[in-house]
Amino acid sequence: MGIEFSGVSKTYPDGTEAVAEFSCSVPSHRTLALVGTSGSGKTTLMRMVNRMIDPTTGTVLIDGSDVRDLDKVALRRSIGYVPQAGGLLPHRKVIDNVTTVPVLCGTPKAQARADALELLAKVGLDPSLAKRYPGQLSGGQQQRVAVARALAADPNILLMDEPFGAVDPIVRRDLQDQLLALQSELGKTIVLVTHDIDEAFRLGDQVIILRTGGIIAQSGSPQEIVAAPANDFVRDFIGADRAERTLRTVDLDGRQVVVDGDDRPVGVLS
Amino acid sequence: MTWFELNQDLVWDLLGRHARLAIPAVLISVVIAIVLGRIAWRWPRVGSVVLGISSLLYSVPALPLLIVIPVILSVPLRSETNLVIALSVYGTALLAGTAADAFRSVDIRVREAAEAMGHSPTGIFWRVDLPLSLPVLLSGIRVVAVSTVSLVTIGALVGISSLGSLLTDGFQRNIREEVAIGVVGTMLLAMALDLLIVALGAVLTPWQQRTKAGATT
Ligand SMILES: Nc1ncnc2c1ncn2[C@@H]1O[C@H](COP(=O)(O)OP(=O)(O)OP(=O)(O)O)[C@@H](O)[C@H]1O
Ligand SMILES: [Mg+2]
Repeated sequence: MGIEFSGVSKTYPDGTEAVAEFSCSVPSHRTLALVGTSGSGKTTLMRMVNRMIDPTTGTVLIDGSDVRDLDKVALRRSIGYVPQAGGLLPHRKVIDNVTTVPVLCGTPKAQARADALELLAKVGLDPSLAKRYPGQLSGGQQQRVAVARALAADPNILLMDEPFGAVDPIVRRDLQDQLLALQSELGKTIVLVTHDIDEAFRLGDQVIILRTGGIIAQSGSPQEIVAAPANDFVRDFIGADRAERTLRTVDLDGRQVVVDGDDRPVGVLS
Repeated sequence: MTWFELNQDLVWDLLGRHARLAIPAVLISVVIAIVLGRIAWRWPRVGSVVLGISSLLYSVPALPLLIVIPVILSVPLRSETNLVIALSVYGTALLAGTAADAFRSVDIRVREAAEAMGHSPTGIFWRVDLPLSLPVLLSGIRVVAVSTVSLVTIGALVGISSLGSLLTDGFQRNIREEVAIGVVGTMLLAMALDLLIVALGAVLTPWQQRTKAGATT
């Protein structure tokens, strides 16, 4: 059943129309990637799921129930949340950051700590880092902790707001791979916000490209969007005209070599 | 024989009284200032009125305040309670603005992430806002502690004993050494309290010490 946005709009008190009449559904165990330019309402939409923001009109349903009928605090504890860089509790050790939600929910501390150590290993962190404070970690390590923390109470839903936006491209790639591996094992329902179209295509089963005002420019699988950009905005946004998106094959000694628009080789057809 | 050697017991007794007047006043100031600072942080309009009134109170001279408080609250003029209340008024007035700043100093991204994880509003206060505002708060508390210790001496003017009594008595009887011991004793007490707060701060904010040191083990 998953998450369903049904005709949601959000107008902030100052009159900003962040989202207008947005509808979409995210099936369980799938990843929705919301991409768009800055200020297109991505964060606003994502925060409606855990009621950090209530929509002005419309409803958000989780497995068929309106989130408005659920207790805010209980709802948030049941949903994993990976904030942007800098969202860890700086005054709590790594291990205590990871155990935050289980402890809030009443899991015995010893149990929560044992689970947390396992999770840290799972996200690719050495358990010896558990006793450090977040300020003593690199940006990439901090975001791994943030992912472990979000998974600690084994939620069905994971919300991620530009989780890897502040790390360098190599580490970002690494974190994306890690997330893909985790997701194939855990099968969470994920809403991921990013402004990196390549990240959206790599991680999203379904991608929604938003334009200012929270209006859907195009929605579909990465393949569908690349194959048929719905309009100039999308074409421009995904860089459809960029040389590296226009691949073709050339025949070389009987092998089909794929080259991009600048004739640079990118691979071989098997 | 110096004056000090003859009057040691008196000096130690007055030092004890001085500390017993200053410390409760500082503690009361901290608690009330945190409450007012929180209100000022949460509701800025109410806050600017509250902070305005408190800085007005700070400008009331000490002696009249010591005479007005007994009239309003019907506590005896010469009682320690009277002085502790007066000191708490000044301490609170001095600290409330800093407390509001301290809450503003908490990284909004951290608070929002904590909220999104499912901390209740009270949980946010105790587990996030209060600990993270400590560094700024402690710098304000140090100022209040030092100023309170020196203000305690005013009480001697209405007959509330402290190291300040050495000043009034020494001036009256023209014993220079007694005055000097009153001044130095007050300063040493202020410094001791300041050091205590610094040490307490280091214990309460271990993440700051370790991150600053850049330790990577
Ligand atoms: N609390 C608020 N009050 C008023 N306007 C807001 C508020 N939060 C967001 N907005 C506005 O709503 C619009 C959408 O904001 P939102 O944060 O959802 O965008 P975003 O797509 O996440 O952008 P970014 O990529 O920069 O994070 C923007 O125009 C923003 O200025
Ligand atoms: Mg955003």
